[in-house]
Amino acid sequence: MPTLKIDGLDVTVDAGTSVLEAARFLGLEIPTLCHEDGLEAYGGCRLCVVEVGQGDKSRLVSSCTYPAEDGLAVRTNTKRVARTRKMLIELLVSLVPSSKVLQDLAAKFGAQKSRFKPKHEDCILCGLCVRMCKEQMMSGAIEFVGRGQKRRITTPFDKKSELCRTCGGCMYICPVCTLRCQGPNAPTTVCGSCLTLEPTCIDHYDDYMCYLGPTGVCGTCVSEKKHKGGESGGDKELCHTANTTQQQRR
Amino acid sequence: MPATKLKNLKDLVKEQARIAKEREAYSHVVTISSGTCGLAKGSGEFVDAMKAAVKALGLGKRVLIKSTGCHGFCDIEPVVHIAPQGIVYQKVAPENAKEILSETVLRNNVLEKLLYTDPQTGQKARLAREIPFYKSQRRLLTKANAEVDPESLPDYIANGGYQALAKAVGELDPEKVIAEVKKSRLRGRGGAGFPTGFKWEFCRRAKGDVKYVICNADEGDPGAYMDRSLLEGNPHATLEGMAIGAFAIGASEGYIYVRHEYPMAVRNIRKAVEDARAAGLLGKNILGGKFSFDVHIERGAGAFVCGEETALISSVEGKRGEPRQRPPFPAVRGLWGKPTNINNVETWSSIPVVINKGGDWFARIGTESSGGTKIFSLVGKVAHTGLVEVPIGTTLREIIYDIGGGIKGDGEFKAVQTGGPSGGCLPRSMLDLPVDYDTLAKAGSIMGSGGMIVMDESTCMVDLAKYFLNFLRDESCGKCLSCREGTDRLHEIVARICDGKGTEEDLPLLEELALVVKDASMCGLGQTAPNPVLSTLRYFRKEYEAHIKEKRCPAGVCKALIKYSIDGGKCIGCAVCAKQCPVDAISGEFKKPHAIDADRCIRCGVCVDACKPKAILVA
Repeated sequence: MPTLKIDGLDVTVDAGTSVLEAARFLGLEIPTLCHEDGLEAYGGCRLCVVEVGQGDKSRLVSSCTYPAEDGLAVRTNTKRVARTRKMLIELLVSLVPSSKVLQDLAAKFGAQKSRFKPKHEDCILCGLCVRMCKEQMMSGAIEFVGRGQKRRITTPFDKKSELCRTCGGCMYICPVCTLRCQGPNAPTTVCGSCLTLEPTCIDHYDDYMCYLGPTGVCGTCVSEKKHKGGESGGDKELCHTANTTQQQRR
Repeated sequence: MPATKLKNLKDLVKEQARIAKEREAYSHVVTISSGTCGLAKGSGEFVDAMKAAVKALGLGKRVLIKSTGCHGFCDIEPVVHIAPQGIVYQKVAPENAKEILSETVLRNNVLEKLLYTDPQTGQKARLAREIPFYKSQRRLLTKANAEVDPESLPDYIANGGYQALAKAVGELDPEKVIAEVKKSRLRGRGGAGFPTGFKWEFCRRAKGDVKYVICNADEGDPGAYMDRSLLEGNPHATLEGMAIGAFAIGASEGYIYVRHEYPMAVRNIRKAVEDARAAGLLGKNILGGKFSFDVHIERGAGAFVCGEETALISSVEGKRGEPRQRPPFPAVRGLWGKPTNINNVETWSSIPVVINKGGDWFARIGTESSGGTKIFSLVGKVAHTGLVEVPIGTTLREIIYDIGGGIKGDGEFKAVQTGGPSGGCLPRSMLDLPVDYDTLAKAGSIMGSGGMIVMDESTCMVDLAKYFLNFLRDESCGKCLSCREGTDRLHEIVARICDGKGTEEDLPLLEELALVVKDASMCGLGQTAPNPVLSTLRYFRKEYEAHIKEKRCPAGVCKALIKYSIDGGKCIGCAVCAKQCPVDAISGEFKKPHAIDADRCIRCGVCVDACKPKAILVA
């Protein structure tokens, strides 16, 4: 069992524990975006950086992926860590300015303005949905494709995946989705549509998979359903289905 | 090919002597450089012409024609070397084949017109060692490229090949091999410069029944071709090094991860593996002993990041080529979760030299902290481009001026970029810096895998930083936010400065962001990606300031900041420029000075190239 020092406190943890877990065990706060208990550590958002080592040889590592090693000296809140974290948040906010999660982070860590031109993307490529789909939903319908600026998350060949059960797990876990379904009590156009989604939009736009973006944002699938369900109560019916499906799950 | 499988060092020495005796029948050996670069310059046609000429003159039993890999001096390709005289002919063409045979081979006359002339002294050089480019080099690894036919195992054996492996397996034990490599102070030639002996020791000590060795031949730096040249020209040396490494570490399987864009290297290494296997130098019970080792070849699909060891391992496993956290290091958990040792082509190729000559001998060549030689690909605005092998610790000045012949044309040296796209740019004041892993790092650059790009006054350092950032933002795997978004934003800012839209706040922001990208990224790509920006900011800050404050590009490169005009005193009114201008921006009466309409001009530079009296001004 390795014993390490985090912010001056000695802690002994099981072998295989990450520095992040060890720090959280001590009650130390380290922000994360791409980390979720129950999913494999990824180390993509870099928000959880901590400083390991001393003097000239000290360096920043992502605590979620770094193993707790015997004798390791970790500092979670040095100037260097704070400076780096603030800049990372600045980069994130300029990437998806509309995200409340990111705005809250920015407020908390003092990133008061972003000096970069906003990109208005809707994904920070944290990969949580990919791991959720693969590791918890046992599906593996989505993956990263491309690299660098062309990196994105999609199904193989951008076609509807037979592995996808439209469970909505990807959206549940997404930290920046702005139109995420809020549950059965929110009767909006997108309520529950993740659960009953008939992606008719694919008939119209054969490479657009709307449940991968903010659900129902184009509205096609929802309105199709409404049309089929009769003149009135389209939305209600949708919500009802959503209700029962969710109740069944519970 | 030996009839029976080779059993030990004695067999190899015997085989070497047998081949040498066989070769005694030939009075002359004509060697033609036929690497990818040589072939591009027509060495293939020359080899055919030579063979036809040998046949026509009935010299088949006296003259041996040999195609070898790259000899290193790109400017004078295709090169012919004639033994035993040692005469070197440059830029040969198929029509020279007959006269070379009838004059030089039969009558021992030197064909003056084919000799290399030193542009500085005007002297003709007959032998390789008289050519300044070769004179100051120490060619430990690249020498064999000019002697060995890469497709012939007997040729490699005749050159003393596989004797190091036989010595290691037959006379040394793994611990002794590692001790020898440690003594040699050989450091990883892929860029990070980790001491090879220690790396092997970690892997040997790691727990595990199955271990692997990997050869990293995923050389992706623009303008660098050391590993390609070694793998094309002398593949058996890499194989021999890998086998010795596998013996030392306790591995029985190896992988060579080579770029698909290197078809000749892939072909030659494949043949080398098959030949070595047939001769009992690879496969089960190597040299009749207990040690078994075999090699697989994996082709990379051309991602720069796959040169990073954990990404490479991931790619070999059939997954996305993405780096992962180290520790655990590959020496503990590598390919398929087993202890793995990765070295690059140049490192593996150095191993037979270390074992043959001894670690102490090898260590004496380099500096105190780093032994042996390093190959650089010297390119850019330098008089002689090519592969340069020098002892570690040689100064930049010696490499660029003594070997490279200084700056091409009448330009002035401005900077040299070492270490590939994520290396740094060093100015004139650093010319006397001894090239070593530590000295380069201190100066803000890296050794990298050995790219060396020389620049003169016509290069804009801001534009250069933009170029490399553009490469890196494309090649970043995109996993780490700091690298993916960071390099993109760095590029955005630098591009803005080049466009003349930079503000005074941009420089501190550039520095702040560059440090975060360097600090926060997971792998070597992200950690070194800001080097082009940081080093140019460190040494050429004035150029950035000129772009921002004066809206001026001192090198005359950034299109938004330059203006073309015509010097009325020089213009002879020939109208050639006006005819070639793609946007009709130049007008004037025939035989009278012309003028450029600045609003129309797209600053393409066609007029500059077209103007004979050099009347076009760029400022």
